[in-house]
Amino acid sequence: MQDIGLKSKNLSVFYGEKQAVKDISLDFAARQVTALIGPSGCGKSTFLRSLNRMNDLIPGAKITGEVWIGDQNILNPKTDVVLLRQKIGMVWQRPNPFHKSIYENIAFGPRYHGIRDKRKLDELVEQSLRKAALWEETKDRLHKSALALSGGQQQRLCIARSIAVKPDIILMDEPASALDPVSTAKIEELIAELKQEYCIIIVTHNMHQAARVSDRTAFFLMGELVEFDKTDKMFTNPANQQTSDYISGRFG
Amino acid sequence: MARSVEREKRSKHLTEEWVGRVYTLICVGLLVLTIFSMVYFVASKGLSTFFKDGVNPIDLFTGVKWAPEGEPPLFGALPFIVGSFSTSILAALIAAPLGFCAAVFIVELMPKFGRKVLQPVIELLAGIPSVVYGFVGLSVIVPFFRDIFPGQGLGLAAGGVVLSIMILPTITTIATDALAALPAGLKEGSYALGSTRWQTIYRIVLPTTLPALLTGIVLGIARAFGEALAVQMVIGNAPHIPTSLFESASTLTSAITLSMGNTIMGTAHNNALWTLALILLTMTFVFVFIVRWLERRSKV
Repeated sequence: MQDIGLKSKNLSVFYGEKQAVKDISLDFAARQVTALIGPSGCGKSTFLRSLNRMNDLIPGAKITGEVWIGDQNILNPKTDVVLLRQKIGMVWQRPNPFHKSIYENIAFGPRYHGIRDKRKLDELVEQSLRKAALWEETKDRLHKSALALSGGQQQRLCIARSIAVKPDIILMDEPASALDPVSTAKIEELIAELKQEYCIIIVTHNMHQAARVSDRTAFFLMGELVEFDKTDKMFTNPANQQTSDYISGRFG
Repeated sequence: MARSVEREKRSKHLTEEWVGRVYTLICVGLLVLTIFSMVYFVASKGLSTFFKDGVNPIDLFTGVKWAPEGEPPLFGALPFIVGSFSTSILAALIAAPLGFCAAVFIVELMPKFGRKVLQPVIELLAGIPSVVYGFVGLSVIVPFFRDIFPGQGLGLAAGGVVLSIMILPTITTIATDALAALPAGLKEGSYALGSTRWQTIYRIVLPTTLPALLTGIVLGIARAFGEALAVQMVIGNAPHIPTSLFESASTLTSAITLSMGNTIMGTAHNNALWTLALILLTMTFVFVFIVRWLERRSKV
């Protein structure tokens, strides 16, 4: 197990003229869950997407600053984005399983990173599904379409899919906001389980969720970082008035 | 007073509904009538070759000699059937990869230039009259083949190439729509797992949109199958089964257009041409059914 965390230094993101993320420096520790909270449009998702350079895919997006994983600044143009994204898994708001079987969804990443041996792949699929708490529900229909799964199962499949690539860091963009309460609870349990091995960064609109699952919380407002602290402290005794207003539901 | 106004309005609305419904029904009825009478006409004429002129259907579908005015007359349509299928499939083989790559370029690689310039240009190809294609084929492609390969240049290859350009817009447009309709999350999901763009296109985009891509290809083949003029100008029109791509051949459509004006209604020769038309019509139905079937599959 590695102790790899992630560090952003003066990170700014521009969409054309508009600056969506302003000069943010944050430290994400290994084996911890960090929640990013804030009202819609505050730049937290944009910030998250910069950490594995997903913003590269958006025409007109420009990133400045530094993001360090170990001793590598991943914003360096020479970074191999493909290799980088193998180290950082990502899970979206809407589950996006590929139109393939459950098995093929998990095997997709590892196979193209060089694992061809069928036995190894089988093992990896089982291991990933077990970690995502999906094995018991799917072991009898691994070769059936992933689209037949429920929304919550699909989301856990997407988590299993990113684990299969053996990342150090997992980014989650509102992973439970399209799910019912039961599925949400399962995802939250899963996050608690996964943080023993990974550095997890989660964007959420749900204050209770942030309070339940995270060790640290960062509060974003208008592209700026307002407060960053231990979650217990932030939710009981925030240092900033704006944070306190947002958490107690007075705006946003 | 108020009540009578209301009743008047209501009856006016009912009349409008009635007029609209009757008008729509008449239009639909006319359409259905046209289609059915056409099918009936072609079928009755085409089938009389077998029933009235006593030609054995097996001879027609397997015979290799077409000599309707001969003594005895021979009605072997296999060369035309082979010609039609091989030119259409050749055209699809050329146009499908080109159309798919053009669609990938338009949607994935350079959306701005692709959508503004490339797509309209390709769609423009659909508006060019087929006689122009035939003329260009005859003056450019045929001499080109004549210089490089043995033979006159006229033949299956020239027909296939001309047809491939004609069906390129069909395939490209349908492929572009299919790629654009792909849920955005799928591509991101693949990139986030550390896939390259090529892996994403090859392993996610292509399989997910395959039914729609096949629909485009089948519609392209259907169009090529029915095209007459341009093919007739470059294929050479020899009624035999060619042994090479650069040998003169014939298609169902070119056989009909070449002889239609020289035959007399009701003669065995004329009826035999209707039989060729019936084969074309039936094949078009088959293509439509294939497309329907593919569309149903893609929804699952």
